[in-house]
Amino acid sequence: MSRFKQHSILPGFNLALGFTLLYLSLIVLIPLSAAFIRTTELSWQEFWFAVTTPRVMASYRLTFGASFAAALVNAVFGLLVAWVLVRYRFPGKKLIDALVDLPFALPTAVAGIALTALYAGNGWIGQYLEPLGIKVAFTPIGVFVALTFIGLPFVVRTVQPVLEDIESELEEAAAMLGANRLQTFLRIIFPTIFPALMTGFALAFARAIGEYGSVIFIAGNMPMVSEITPLLIITKLEQYDYAGATALAVVMLVISFILLLVINLLQWWGRRRSALA
Amino acid sequence: MSIEVCNLSKQFGTFAALRDVSLEVRSGELLALLGPSGSGKTTLLRVIAGLDVADSGQVLFQGEDATDQHVRERQVGFVFQHYALFRNMTIFENVAFGLRVRPKDVRPPDAEIRDRVHELLKLVQLDWLAERYPHQLSGGQRQRIALARALAVEPKVLLLDEPFGALDAKVRKELRSWLRRLHDDMHITSVFVTHDQEEALEVADRVVVMNEGRIEQIGTPDEVYENPASPFVYEFLGNVNLFHSRLHRGRAWIDGIEVDAPEHAEAEELAAVAYVRPHDIEVDRTAQGDAALAARVTHVLSVGPIVRLELVRDDSEDKNPIQVEISKERFRELQLVRGDQVFIKPRRFDLFPRRIH
Repeated sequence: MSRFKQHSILPGFNLALGFTLLYLSLIVLIPLSAAFIRTTELSWQEFWFAVTTPRVMASYRLTFGASFAAALVNAVFGLLVAWVLVRYRFPGKKLIDALVDLPFALPTAVAGIALTALYAGNGWIGQYLEPLGIKVAFTPIGVFVALTFIGLPFVVRTVQPVLEDIESELEEAAAMLGANRLQTFLRIIFPTIFPALMTGFALAFARAIGEYGSVIFIAGNMPMVSEITPLLIITKLEQYDYAGATALAVVMLVISFILLLVINLLQWWGRRRSALA
Repeated sequence: MSIEVCNLSKQFGTFAALRDVSLEVRSGELLALLGPSGSGKTTLLRVIAGLDVADSGQVLFQGEDATDQHVRERQVGFVFQHYALFRNMTIFENVAFGLRVRPKDVRPPDAEIRDRVHELLKLVQLDWLAERYPHQLSGGQRQRIALARALAVEPKVLLLDEPFGALDAKVRKELRSWLRRLHDDMHITSVFVTHDQEEALEVADRVVVMNEGRIEQIGTPDEVYENPASPFVYEFLGNVNLFHSRLHRGRAWIDGIEVDAPEHAEAEELAAVAYVRPHDIEVDRTAQGDAALAARVTHVLSVGPIVRLELVRDDSEDKNPIQVEISKERFRELQLVRGDQVFIKPRRFDLFPRRIH
């Protein structure tokens, strides 16, 4: 143990690390490992069958696909929102700044019902989209819209402080050297905020994968079309198929973990390249 | 390239940063803008660079109006106090930046960029750091890289905003003389901002002393130091002693010592202040005639070739010590110790009518 202990003027390394491990165990690790243990009730064949039925496979595609697309859209537009909030002054700025956090605070079911009301065929927005042949509510697009809604704050709130920290001198220096606005953005600003943007993307993505409340209202939950994996888990639970439910949970856990790990590696790589560490 | 600045004014809210400033920077000279913080020197530099826009007035480069020209088109090199190096790029890429962002048709080929960057890195004697990142460099090294980066685009004018302000004293002194030598080699018209009078007087060809958005005096370091045009310049450039005085028809009484003041021939019973530099005060053990003030030595600092004394007048209510500097030789002659009685006489002084507040 003492080999890992570094001399530091900060006291309490042992205590702090011990507490951290205990806390993480109680809150995160034990509940998660319970899912794995529960799954062992199933034989390997049963497990494999439960997690690869066509209906389940379709739900993976929708959950991860829509989450990824939503996180991607949030990365672009969240960056834009953060940019506007940091760079410009306009009346009502504080209000908009507060509005960004709303998807955090709003009960997800409320968000789902509101979105459904808006995008349904007779809703405020839906009535104009329907004649164009675009159906949002009760389709995969609806799932995507709901996931975009709940993911937005993550990108804005991670990018905003980094953007605020960029000294205006850097941009002035670039301009003095002859760079135009686009070059300054692409070569100076974007590389600086990229790690934060990746973090925001990863958080939005992770949140979207686990989202349940807002999606089930707008999705319509048609098997093979607009049914997300978390809903399948709930369905199985309601049928007292606990092992089947946890099997799905385990698959989602593993995939999510791998995806987040990959994103973290990308981030680490990006940070090392830009030597901001 | 010469720079001309005509009647520039700039207001930040209710604060007037520049008040009707006019100035000419001659081609190839190294000019210092010197003043306390808030004197408008940095604003003036930024307006010349095009980073700030003045409310009124003009900036001319080589006689041509550049007031509305964009920063990118001014061909100005700018060095920031805090370096403003691009953290996400290597030193090499930092210096190459100005060349790389050029439009395709005027961008030099890669090999040429490489040669040019290495040439510049050699010029600032940091060729061996090309592949490092800015955060791996010391402050002095970063500032030299910032300078190399500014020079890479072959600017017609070099502007430096407190270039040594963030560095420690020793590095500052080194870089100062290095900048002077560099300028002597390159002869690029340069303007630098500083609040350090020693720096300005040591490095610059000419010094512009600024205060409260106005130019107080322009001149060579000798001129501004030896003949300050205003009480502000006197007090800002080096130590100075103030004596209550009275002016009347070409005569002055400096704390009772009567002297000639021909430049104030028209003055009628005017209250004034005499400004006397510490080295312009004669010290004696005995009164030489009646034109001397009695004082007592309260402090002696005899380290180095110049001995600094602090004296307090016997008769005056003014208990501010008088600063005097004498040579070591003179100090040995007088053999002064704390508590000794001496007689002092201003050798050179300038009289300014007392400003009415």
